[in-house]
Amino acid sequence: MTGYAFAVGSCLALVAFLLVLLRTRKLREKYAVMWFVLALGVSVLSLFPGVVGPLARWAGVQTPVNLLFAASLLVLLLVCIQLSAEITALEEETRTLAEEVALLRLDVERGAIGPQASAAQSSAAPSSGAPSSAPGPTAPDPAAQLDEAPQQQEP
Amino acid sequence: MRPVRGRGPLGWAAVTAPVHPRLLVVVPAWNEEAVLPQVLDELTAHVPEADVLVVNDGSTDGTAAAVRAHPGAMLLDLPLNLGVGGAMRAGFRFAQRHGYDRVVQLDADGQHNPADVARVVALLDEGADVAIGARFAGEGDYRVRGPRRWAMGLLSAVLSRTAATRLTDTTSGFRGANSRAIALFARDYPAEYLGDTVESLVIACRAGLRIRQVPVTMRVRAGGTPSHSPLKAAVFLGRAVLALVVALTRPMAPPPVPRPAGAAA
Repeated sequence: MTGYAFAVGSCLALVAFLLVLLRTRKLREKYAVMWFVLALGVSVLSLFPGVVGPLARWAGVQTPVNLLFAASLLVLLLVCIQLSAEITALEEETRTLAEEVALLRLDVERGAIGPQASAAQSSAAPSSGAPSSAPGPTAPDPAAQLDEAPQQQEP
Repeated sequence: MRPVRGRGPLGWAAVTAPVHPRLLVVVPAWNEEAVLPQVLDELTAHVPEADVLVVNDGSTDGTAAAVRAHPGAMLLDLPLNLGVGGAMRAGFRFAQRHGYDRVVQLDADGQHNPADVARVVALLDEGADVAIGARFAGEGDYRVRGPRRWAMGLLSAVLSRTAATRLTDTTSGFRGANSRAIALFARDYPAEYLGDTVESLVIACRAGLRIRQVPVTMRVRAGGTPSHSPLKAAVFLGRAVLALVVALTRPMAPPPVPRPAGAAA
């Protein structure tokens, strides 16, 4: 029975650790949820170990403990896949940001950024708009920018 | 009124009066400081009406400095290495935001002849949405042997079927795109392996764009030769098949709404 107590104790420690991470913003809630669910599952099995036997018979596994091993492997596999998917999403976000930074830097260098940019374009994509009399990396006159700024808000 | 030339990379006159289709040549460059200045010189000589945008894909050598030193080229300086796909999507986004009507992609290593840009543009004039400068279409003496050739043959066969036209060089980095293709690629241009070549063609096909090819000559690359190791060729084949299967079966977003003429200018 001490083994089961150990399992329940471990789960409680895990939950406490997760809460600490969550409170210090080192772990986002969407990743903590699955670990909470896992801890809950292990706790249930530890408190009621009898349920594993019928489950194993139902799944066609001869030794109940092997069902637990297989299930835990499956859970870890799913977690890894989820993390890979999250990395993919992060890489796509990084890529978009890198492109955006480069595009903005080029606009700044060309002096094409600011209220002179055409109102036809979204505010997220300022670009070369009205012709500039000063070709080169010089920015438009800041005072002129301030004067024209309110006009750009209107369609 | 023709676009004013000789004003460096700015081309303001062309922005205000887009009578001719505005052409942007995008050159994705990664550590190409040795060859790039010569390519830019040739571009200025052969395609003087085009604006040239070099996308520096996180180079660790003097590529950015080489572009800045060149009077006729703009530099889009990516802070990270994103691969050709990432560099090209940035280029397409630049083209879309700045109202270009055509984009021609040209490799920075000098293997594409800038004199052939006119051929690719002519194909766009004939109504193609995506024009491919193809290496194996009879011109030049570029050859690939062994399993790598089989892989490229498979890609060509599948993509020719998808595009309903004969494509002999689907991995060519010498491309032209009109405004429809620019709008599509600015939104969706994969950074995956083979994504900038094979998958982008599949994306274009599935969006209903017309793809055509024109033979071009390939020059010998200045540095290094393509590998012919059978193992690498087998890996290439496997990745090509995977890229094809994913590209042909993945769910597609609806095609982008066409940009009204001159709206971004």
